[in-house]
Amino acid sequence: MSEALQALGEHIAGQQESAVKSWSVTHGELTVEIHDDRIVDMLRFLRDDAACRFTSLIDICGVDYPQRAERFEVVYHLLSMQQNHRIRIKLAVDEDTAVPSVIELFPVANWFEREAFDMYGIAFSGHPDLRRLLTDYGFEGHPLRKDFPLTGFMEVRWDDEEKRVVYEPVELVQEYRDFDFMSPWEGAKYVIPGDEKAEG
Amino acid sequence: MADIETTESPRNFTINFGPQHPAAHGVLRLVLELDGEVVERVDPHIGLLHRGTEKLLEHKTYLQGIGYFDRLDYVAPMNQEHAFCMAAERLAGITVPKRGQYVRVLYSEIGRILSHLLNVTTQAMDVGALTPPLWGFEEREKLMVFYERASGSRMHAHYFRPGGVHQDLPPELIQDIRAWCDSFPKALDDIDDLLTENRIFKQRNADIGIVSKEEALEWGFSGVMVRGSGMAWDLRRSQPYEVYDELEFNIPLGKNGDCYDRYLCRMEEMRESVKIMIQCCDWLMKPENQGEVLATDSKFSPPRRAEMKQSMEALIQHFKLYTEGVHVDAGEVYAAVEAPKGEFGVYLVADGSNKPYRVKIRAPGFAHLAAMDHLNRGHMLADVSAILGSLDIVFGEIDR
Repeated sequence: MSEALQALGEHIAGQQESAVKSWSVTHGELTVEIHDDRIVDMLRFLRDDAACRFTSLIDICGVDYPQRAERFEVVYHLLSMQQNHRIRIKLAVDEDTAVPSVIELFPVANWFEREAFDMYGIAFSGHPDLRRLLTDYGFEGHPLRKDFPLTGFMEVRWDDEEKRVVYEPVELVQEYRDFDFMSPWEGAKYVIPGDEKAEG
Repeated sequence: MADIETTESPRNFTINFGPQHPAAHGVLRLVLELDGEVVERVDPHIGLLHRGTEKLLEHKTYLQGIGYFDRLDYVAPMNQEHAFCMAAERLAGITVPKRGQYVRVLYSEIGRILSHLLNVTTQAMDVGALTPPLWGFEEREKLMVFYERASGSRMHAHYFRPGGVHQDLPPELIQDIRAWCDSFPKALDDIDDLLTENRIFKQRNADIGIVSKEEALEWGFSGVMVRGSGMAWDLRRSQPYEVYDELEFNIPLGKNGDCYDRYLCRMEEMRESVKIMIQCCDWLMKPENQGEVLATDSKFSPPRRAEMKQSMEALIQHFKLYTEGVHVDAGEVYAAVEAPKGEFGVYLVADGSNKPYRVKIRAPGFAHLAAMDHLNRGHMLADVSAILGSLDIVFGEIDR
């Protein structure tokens, strides 16, 4: 299986030299990193090339790495039912760059791109209808970003006097208990409480 | 009101289907644009059951995260857990003992029957029949008891763990499942008699919502949605996981790709699932096949109770496992299972800590519902609920 994927990776890297940044086979899966503006050509090649035949787009999702200059990774998973293999295409973008939409190749990308936009704020150029998908009407922010708090910012409740649902800022009765399990022996990146006394 | 100008024909109007509509299978709001009774555009508004599962999973340890997968497609909970456990196993490099694999397959097939029973019978209800759900739910109830006897819970099982399953099945339970496998085909025949040749059911489903092979591919369909269109694609067969390559079963295919063929596929798949369950039960009951169900050499498996009474290290390991959890090596992996509704995948990115860095849940129903507009154009209003029923929609997994 791995040898076949190696050969496939070499084939793709050879044919699409200008688009491919790097590729690797890990855990029995082929991952190809490409330049962000070449995604449409790349997916068209993967769909139409006889050795690839990646005719189904399984998934598009974002991943957030706030410490990187190009903060978001957009990950495409494709499947070839004809050749029975899978591939993962990754590209990196910053907050302000739009990724070309792949709707013309795979109509299912419509919702996947809307979801990535909703969850991360990644824009897709050429998308006909880039609305929010999963969050509430009038929602602000992008919940899956790492800097978005788990509790969110607004909460809703039924107000019996006003006879309607009201939106209010979140009020926590108890602080969210996010336990820190980083072991001090494995390199926790902060001063362990009490350690500062040892200096004096 | 008289001075409002309408540029469109008076036959055009927009209606809301849901969010509280019995045929919406949960909380779906469809904005339908109609020309008389013909559907011109469908705009599904989803997310009413959005709970932020993917965000929550980034804040839970691997072991705690499994429970969230029960609440995705809540009519076949263990199939979802399976994908997540497989992803974690692949990253951590754990192999599941044979017996654990058989128990997993047994319960995955129970999940498949649970899901198909619900879908087939409620689809019948969507097009007007009330008896099938009552009969189908009787069998579902028995299956849920099997869930409860294995895991302690009818639905939120938390039974599959990275490395196997939580506990072995008692022999009486395997015998009871085996006995159920003999009685179930009779109950399935009864539902078959009610529906398959039923004139109204046929009129409402045959030639409705036809999906061609090309459409199935470009819309990212999987599961029954591609098999109904005649494509022999089943992950259990084409990319076998667990012990599926040792078991004998067939992959039923449809011919026309319409709602009726998808119904027939699901009915046949239930019979095939029973076959698999019988093989699993027989294997599990053999004395030479007793043994571990959870990989004991992995850090994911807790020490034995008896050992904890004696050994300090075992006690510490138990405490650390259930508080801190296991640190999984950095890496990324995509694991997919053939869930009852199609390909259910988990894309797991680990950063070496005890929590996933990112979990993307690829729900089959999401792609199917995305094609709702495409499938419904030009159909009658009454067909909307028939098509929606045959897509096999459960909002737990779509909204996540």
